[in-house]
Amino acid sequence: MIELGKYAGTVLAAYGVSLALLAGLVWQSIVANARARRDLERQEKNG
Amino acid sequence: MSIWEYANPVKFMRTSGAILPWAAGAAAICTTGGLLWGFLTPEDYKQGSTVKIVFLHVPAAMMAINIWVMMLAASLIWLIRRHHVSALAAKAAAPVGAVMTLIALATGAVWGQPMWGTWWEWDPRLTSFLILLLFYIGYMALWSAIDDPDSAADLTGVLCLVGSVFAILSRYAVLFWNQGLHQGASLSVAPGERMSAVYRYPLYLTMLGFFLLFLTLLLIRTRTEIRRRRLAALQAREMRA
Repeated sequence: MIELGKYAGTVLAAYGVSLALLAGLVWQSIVANARARRDLERQEKNG
Repeated sequence: MSIWEYANPVKFMRTSGAILPWAAGAAAICTTGGLLWGFLTPEDYKQGSTVKIVFLHVPAAMMAINIWVMMLAASLIWLIRRHHVSALAAKAAAPVGAVMTLIALATGAVWGQPMWGTWWEWDPRLTSFLILLLFYIGYMALWSAIDDPDSAADLTGVLCLVGSVFAILSRYAVLFWNQGLHQGASLSVAPGERMSAVYRYPLYLTMLGFFLLFLTLLLIRTRTEIRRRRLAALQAREMRA
């Protein structure tokens, strides 16, 4: 087990906030890209 | 072969599609490996376990500044040579830069509270970073506010030029003013100031990971913008027909 001592809350808060922000950014980028590809394919097929 | 060939959207889509899986894999390995390695480093005799925050704070701050510099280069290419892919790449990079700036500010505040005794100080580097975040938000808002994509690219390009002053200030504010709380470069090469190898090597790996993560997200988001632009062109053509 990793010992974080008296600053455990500080370290875990920093990692938690940062990883949540990075995960959100990656998720949003992937979802937006998939939606753009789907919309374009649909338009090219119908157009 | 010229670098300007990649300004062709078809060529860019083909090349970026081939690079993307490798960049994403390398980013995942380096970022996860670097952060895990950093998390497992021993406590520092002064900072205790808060030293582990450096593995998030320094790479994020480095990317926050360098992404703006990349946006500046892309904006200049647009303003001078009118290559659409470069304008779209600058637009695609902005949210990544904003998140990196936010991480640098948030981790800095969380670290500062126990080490400096305050979450925030109007220190030159902290203040210039906050202004950089406001420039990122303003840049994205400006893109959203203008309907004509070429006009939006022109105006955001000019905004990017102005914001570059703060990107440079964010990097060198510590050298310009000595009264701030923020210390100098974490990776100083000066004798006696060099970071211990125990921390330096995981930090190098995390910095590489953050760069590769940016590259991956930049490619994905630029491809998204190119597809949206193509979709808008097809819809406009259909409306005219």
